[in-house]
Amino acid sequence: MKKIKYKLLGRQQLQEFNMEDHDPLQKNNTPPFDVPVTGMVYGALLNYKGEVEAISDALHQEPYKAPPKAPILYIKPENTKIAHKMPIPLPANVTELQVGAALGIVIGRTASKVSIEEAFDYIDGYTIVNDISIPHESIYRPAISQKARDGFCPVGPYIVEKHSSIQPDRLKIQVFINNELCQENSTANLIRPVAQLLSEMTSFMTLDPGDVVLVGVPENPPLVKAGDHIRIEIEQIGVLENQVVREEELRLGVSP
Amino acid sequence: MKTARVAYKGRIYEAVEKDGKLQLNDHRLISMDEVVWLPPVIPRTIFALGLNYADHAQELDFNAPSEPLVFLKGPNTLIGHQGQTKRPKDVDFMHYECELVVVIGKVARNVTSEEAYQYVKGYTIANDYAIRDYLENYYRPNLRVKNRDTCTPIGPWLVDAEDIKDPMNLTLRTYVNGELTQEGSTSQMIFSIPFLIEYLSSFMTLSPGDMILTGTPKGAVNTKIGDEVITEIEGIGRLLSTIVEDDG
Repeated sequence: MKKIKYKLLGRQQLQEFNMEDHDPLQKNNTPPFDVPVTGMVYGALLNYKGEVEAISDALHQEPYKAPPKAPILYIKPENTKIAHKMPIPLPANVTELQVGAALGIVIGRTASKVSIEEAFDYIDGYTIVNDISIPHESIYRPAISQKARDGFCPVGPYIVEKHSSIQPDRLKIQVFINNELCQENSTANLIRPVAQLLSEMTSFMTLDPGDVVLVGVPENPPLVKAGDHIRIEIEQIGVLENQVVREEELRLGVSP
Repeated sequence: MKTARVAYKGRIYEAVEKDGKLQLNDHRLISMDEVVWLPPVIPRTIFALGLNYADHAQELDFNAPSEPLVFLKGPNTLIGHQGQTKRPKDVDFMHYECELVVVIGKVARNVTSEEAYQYVKGYTIANDYAIRDYLENYYRPNLRVKNRDTCTPIGPWLVDAEDIKDPMNLTLRTYVNGELTQEGSTSQMIFSIPFLIEYLSSFMTLSPGDMILTGTPKGAVNTKIGDEVITEIEGIGRLLSTIVEDDG
């Protein structure tokens, strides 16, 4: 049995039910979803083995000089969050965006200095996050102008509650662009599995209920352009869909 | 006007300064040493600037950046005036950074530098501690250096923008155990407040409660357990924090 929590647009609270009863996505008359999480969104960089292997030579050269020792983390700020099916704005002077298919760990209890053994006690559930970026080679400096733009963090459609049948370190992730499979990977390839990542993060920073931790983005992220439809599927967790739309077409007063 | 957020007898209040005392939002007048000071603003997105003073960049052996070096912080890192900042046991170098904080008051997108001050609600002070031992060259400075619990004291006051005539000409000072260790002026910023608002709002929407920590001048020295550090900005106030051992 799988329990999900979701937020409909215009409703102030999360609603929940058992997935076995029915899947809200299968109903034709479902109102639009809203972002199901309220807290900070933190992400881990370079947490897929293939991602690190692909740039392993560069890690020993300027400007990096040495491979990372601790988790490399970043923040997707509040202005970036959008819901399932909401358009991703393509900035005016940009032609392509990079898709970041990430499993999101939703925190359920205030977590500080959590051990690996106890880490799962602090998880409320799982969701899907698309960490959109403007493509960039260098990861030497924080990529704020490439990652923190309005609408660059689709989240949802819902939170799947933690359950012993879901093993977050063994989930298949697929990205379809315009219904064509463009990327496939698995959280089995994480360098720091979920519990270890939470333990290392909370050794110096407290996570609050509602915060989301992106476990990482797999190597070879697909690129998308205006009009492209992105579908991220994570096994047992769901399907997150968004379309890329030119920013100028999304301005108030201009019909889509 | 100067506004604070404080905890007093089990409740959180907004308070203003009145005749050297604190007036709570229920109009009671109390002494400043009866309260626990909280960060004066409930944060939304927290921006911070690296290397935004040429002399500090030089001190750290960096060229001044050609584009603002912006990084983000989470709410976990903030603590109020008179709080305790935790220093890990195994580190060699933890330095303070006295910084002017700009608090955004209105939704801002594609704002020009000429209009930028209209979007500022007020100013406060931050001490943006950094642990240099943890610097790695990925998304530098990364969260392990700059987003640690208790490592960003902020406050005591949010000072209304209209009370600060020229935020680009304020003296900043840091005292460690009473001794002056850092002195500079906001006039020495590489990227000014109006420029930063124009820059950030050119690619993302700023909202009320967003804060910009504008960087620190030269004079960052190592601090040790037990040190009392005061970061002070002319017209804004004095922010005290004490370094304690992280023994959790």
